[in-house]
Amino acid sequence: MSASTVNPVGSRGPARDPRVAAMLSRRRQRRNMVAAGLCMAATTVGLALLALILATLLWLGAGGVHWSVFAHSTRPPGSGGGLLNAIVGSLIQTGLGTVIGTPIGLLVGTYLSEYAGNSRLGGAVRFVSDVLLSAPSILIGLFVYAVLVNPFNGFSGIAGSVALAVIVIPIVVRTTEDMLRLIPVSLREAAVALGAPKWKSIVFVCYRAALDGIATGVLLAIARVAGETAPLLFTSLGNLNWSTSLTQPMASLPVTIYQYAGSAFDDWVQLAWVGALLITFGVLALNILARVVLRPRV
Amino acid sequence: MSSTMNETSARMPEVDAAVADRARISIRNLDFFYGSNRALKSIFLDLPEGKVTGMIGPSGCGKSTLLRVLNRMYDLYPGQRATGEVLLDGENVIAPGIDLNQLRSRIGMVFQKPTPFPMSIYENISFGVKLHERLSKSAMDERVEWSLTRAALWDEVKDRLNTSAGGLSGGQQQRLCIARTIAVRPEVILLDEPTSALDPISTLKIEELIDELKRDFTIVIVTHNMQQAARIADQVAFFYLGEMVEVGAAAQMFTAPSERRTQEYITGRFG
Repeated sequence: MSASTVNPVGSRGPARDPRVAAMLSRRRQRRNMVAAGLCMAATTVGLALLALILATLLWLGAGGVHWSVFAHSTRPPGSGGGLLNAIVGSLIQTGLGTVIGTPIGLLVGTYLSEYAGNSRLGGAVRFVSDVLLSAPSILIGLFVYAVLVNPFNGFSGIAGSVALAVIVIPIVVRTTEDMLRLIPVSLREAAVALGAPKWKSIVFVCYRAALDGIATGVLLAIARVAGETAPLLFTSLGNLNWSTSLTQPMASLPVTIYQYAGSAFDDWVQLAWVGALLITFGVLALNILARVVLRPRV
Repeated sequence: MSSTMNETSARMPEVDAAVADRARISIRNLDFFYGSNRALKSIFLDLPEGKVTGMIGPSGCGKSTLLRVLNRMYDLYPGQRATGEVLLDGENVIAPGIDLNQLRSRIGMVFQKPTPFPMSIYENISFGVKLHERLSKSAMDERVEWSLTRAALWDEVKDRLNTSAGGLSGGQQQRLCIARTIAVRPEVILLDEPTSALDPISTLKIEELIDELKRDFTIVIVTHNMQQAARIADQVAFFYLGEMVEVGAAAQMFTAPSERRTQEYITGRFG
């Protein structure tokens, strides 16, 4: 740059030209301001969008929150009704999807981190898992439709749960692998040096050390699937009546929102906003709860 | 610390006989390879029972590598292999077919940085014991107290055994790691620069502890600190570029080494 031509000695030593130094300083300050300004602007845009979404939800949804929403199932338009079947359906399918998906994801992530090394199988599994992570969720719905809905007795709550589990798996795989890889080699060696077989050092030492991170991954997965609509359209379909049977079509909040929000009836549209508010704040509450529970651990 | 002083001076006459003592571990013609790189060259060394053997030498000389051969730590890493003999009670521990978990219960190891497990102080001790023994609750309580007492940590932690080990200071964590190792009741304890991450007070405590522990355990310590080796070791081995240059009683090694390279290293000419 110009500095080296003005001052061939370099930036050190008494030969430094104060005018050049001042110019470089001003230039760095300008660049710093530009970079800082861009970061601030991006942060503002991101936060503003989030605030806007939450404000809209509260504005349009809070007015419809009423005890009857939690007491009644969905009813035909104009006859009142609530979201009880959708809330319970969402809890069942999200819960079951997490329960099915988490152990599988945990074991696959453990395999990738602890056993696969640089093997070709490990590489293939990691690649497939990453592809699955970014696969459009409607494809996952279609896949479960093809293997669980079409060959058996049609749409069912269990099919919906499996579709959500397929979404949970790659998220848990990735976080488990990443978190286990963060554990220092010295901790594993310490366990092995006591005469612990590999699986015991993984289960009793590594899992404990990675617990917070893995739990965060599971929460992310829950937050993601709690709002999934597309995979449920082809699997649990939705149900206008009260049903907790896993072999029958099952209602869920996202599908109900999808059906109600586009309808021509004002009371259905209002319930859709309430449903959206419930999902959002349910996930938010779960995150806060997790932070509170996981915080005190050293 | 007058008792320590007395022990040290009382030890002096028998130091010359150290090498003649019964060898707990005999290393015979040991070579070690990282891939094709030969990191240890034809090592012959006896580790006498109930004594402290210090290993000194500049970085990369192979002293830590040798330590990690003794408990087969290198088995964790593909591409590392050892040839020759490491005899523990006449059995070659680097031969295939050795039960590694059992071997590591007989030869314990403490690392450079304290590595407390992410669990309570009590569980840190009981974890290793449970791997090899089935003890009742009261027997386990006794073992935990015994090992923490031997590691000079009991008085500091007896009221908070169920709190996380991560809350201890660095020196306490390292003594916990020593307690965890002796709780398994090994025959040999390997210490890989156990005080290099600690302050002088903690270092002093651990050195006193080592002096106390050698009554029951055979101890091997790798150290960069020559004063430390002179203070605590009965026998000292000097390594350079993968070779064991010289081994002898500590007093003789630091006053009249027979090799020029040893002389140059201990006087600070290189390293």
